[in-house]
Formats: sequence, C-alpha cells, structure tokens
Amino acid sequence: MVQYSTARLDASFAALSDATRRGVLEQLGRSDASITELADKFHMTLTGMKKHVGVLEHAGFVTTQKVGRVRTCRLGLRKLEEEAAWIESYRQVWAARFDALDQVVEDLIRREKIDE
Amino acid sequence: MSNRTTIERKSELELVVTRLFNGPPRIVFEAWTKPELMKLWWAPKSSGVPLLSCEMDVRVGGQYRLAFGHDAASSFAFFGKYLEVEPPSRLVWTNDESEDAAVTTVTFEEKDGQTLLVLHELYPSKEALDEAIAGMEDGMPEQFEQLDALLATLGASA
Repeated sequence: MVQYSTARLDASFAALSDATRRGVLEQLGRSDASITELADKFHMTLTGMKKHVGVLEHAGFVTTQKVGRVRTCRLGLRKLEEEAAWIESYRQVWAARFDALDQVVEDLIRREKIDE
Repeated sequence: MSNRTTIERKSELELVVTRLFNGPPRIVFEAWTKPELMKLWWAPKSSGVPLLSCEMDVRVGGQYRLAFGHDAASSFAFFGKYLEVEPPSRLVWTNDESEDAAVTTVTFEEKDGQTLLVLHELYPSKEALDEAIAGMEDGMPEQFEQLDALLATLGASA
C-alpha cells in the first residue's frame, strides 16, 4: 500500500479545489507553457498566475524551470504526468509514421509528374 | 524539416492527432487506402516492430487486418471494418481487436495544395480511453520503454 502523508493530501486537495488551477493542469497536459502564456490564457495578472502555479508546484502537480527570463511550467511527475507522457509517446508513434508517409506522398507526386 | 504532429485529448472520450502533408488530399488518401503503400509507412523502422501483413478491402463494410511482429508465432493483429469511405476526404473504421477500442475517423482537407490530416479516435467510454492509456503495457512494450525513458528524462530535469 502506498502511504500518503496527511500534509501531502491536504496540499493536493487545496491545489485542486480551484477551477483556474484545474484549468492550468489541463492546459499543461496539452503542452508546457510559460507563466506569461498561462496568465494570458486565463485572463489573469502575472502575479495572480504565479500564486496559482506556486500552489500547484508545492503540491507536486507542476514543476517549473527558469531559462533566461522565462519560467516554463510543466506537469509534475504524478498521475497527470503519466497520462501526458503516454500521450506524448503516442504522438511520437504517429510522428514517426507520418514522417515515413511524407516520403510516400513525395514519391507518388514525383511518379505522377513523370507519367504526365 | 518535417511538419509537426500534434495530439490532444479533446474530451474524456476523444484523442485527436493532426498533421499537414505536402501534397493534395487525393495523394495522401491513396497512401491510406492501398495496402502496398500502407506497408511503406504504417510501421516505420523506428517503431521496431515490422508489419507482417496488410490486407485492406477499402469500401463500406469491407474488412482490414494488419499483423505486426517478427514472425507469425509472436505476431499480433489489428483488424476491423470500414464504416465510411469517401475519397479523397474521409475514412472511418472500427477497431475490433478489443471491445473497448475506438472508432477511428480520418479526414483529409485541402489547404492550398497541401493536406490537413485529422485523425480522430472516439472511445466508447472514459474508462476505455483511460484503459487504453494505462493498458498499453500489454500490447506495446516498446512504447512503455519509451515512456520509461521519457519519465526518466523528465524526472532528471525536474
């Protein structure tokens, strides 16, 4: 059995009790985003969004990384991250197929031009 | 530089994959509906699992069967039937290898001589899609190795 600490559970429930924060998680499930992008998306001030991200980060739902002047947020290594990671690996399956399909399309077009 | 493949869990029941191709819909549609062409791209080398056979009867009610694996003994198959066939813009098929599998709709839309391809998977229930996400481990070990590698990378950079 997994042991959950009470403090950790409290932080999780508090983090998820807010609609904006749930929206932020959903958004990050689709792609990483900077705090500025998230603030724009949710029509919020930078300071307000920083607070929300801070709560999510504290609960372990989100990790952030600062590169230059931009702080990028992504889902933390929890359930949502596993799903996002699966979806990313599924995307890679399709991306690999489609790269091969590009070649087929190119060959078909070339053949058509020769036949003309 | 290839075009970007995007994917989105559109709702509790739907996954949507989109991609732009540098050719008109009739060409891209042809590559999806001729077995000898499907074989060239459906199982790219990087997937690690070759396509053993590919049978497709592309008409409404027609069946398809794609078998993957290194030999017949260790192969696994995806099969189903076509529900809609509208050249060169739309294909819909069932995935009958599992009761909880999705119905797949692929649309090919002309965009200035290019093709915007949208692949839409509709699962019968939220549980079915969650299960597909959680249960990939059984059917596609390679994907989970990829996932492990990805998680390790994410963990290291977190």
